[in-house]
Amino acid sequence: MKQAYAWSAIAAIVLASTTGDVLLSRAMKQVGDVGELWRQSGLLTVLGRVLRNPNFLLGVLAMTTAFYSLLFGLSWGDVSLIAPASASLTFITNAIAAKLFLHERVDHRRWLAALLVAGGVVLLAA
Amino acid sequence: MTFRKYLVLAGVTLCASIGDSLLSRGMKQVGSISLHHFSDLILAVLNPSVALGIFLLLGFFASYMIALSWADLTYVLPATSLGYVLLTLIAKFFLHETVTTSRWIGVLLISAGVGFVTQGPALTHNPAKCQKANCETASARNQP
Repeated sequence: MKQAYAWSAIAAIVLASTTGDVLLSRAMKQVGDVGELWRQSGLLTVLGRVLRNPNFLLGVLAMTTAFYSLLFGLSWGDVSLIAPASASLTFITNAIAAKLFLHERVDHRRWLAALLVAGGVVLLAA
Repeated sequence: MTFRKYLVLAGVTLCASIGDSLLSRGMKQVGSISLHHFSDLILAVLNPSVALGIFLLLGFFASYMIALSWADLTYVLPATSLGYVLLTLIAKFFLHETVTTSRWIGVLLISAGVGFVTQGPALTHNPAKCQKANCETASARNQP
């Protein structure tokens, strides 16, 4: 039963942080290249555009949800299972979500990179 | 990719890993916080390690947002995972912890992943620069 709680916490963390990453990435693409924008119209314009972007605010909300799910998860289950499992799975779900929702071209090289990093994170935490 | 953009990616990597380790060290100095003394959590910010850790994590978030403004999510995430490698090297050479063989294999896998992704282009799809009508043709043209 404890195992089931741990895996539902992992699922919640992975879902929330993938949603957050996708929303934040979409928001920043809408804002545009921050370096260029800063040079052209100053820091305040950059901050204004980022903070008024609905995707950015929703993304931060999703990231906050992921953080609290992690805290709850850690109070129920082992840190040695929940932290690496959620960190590692997030790399893979992000690749899938970026392809589906952000239309990024996830080629063999990027799939391989996501899988290698996910595997590496599991080994580092083991 | 310009030198300045690599600096931003390095900023994401360094701020995240150093910030996390400072927070972890600081919170161990503060000790465990019970739900009944929730105000202790606010006072924890007074610990220098915690304060510096929070400052670095804000720097992480800012540089992460800057990187996402000109690079794909599937580029930024693997490229900045070198932080895990960095933490292992810090543990081995500064904290003199023993690093097991499986951890070294993990370091190798992550480094290989970073190598693969950084060989390719940083941005493959920019919704801001491609209008809905020509979006499909633009991404079709990008196919190898």
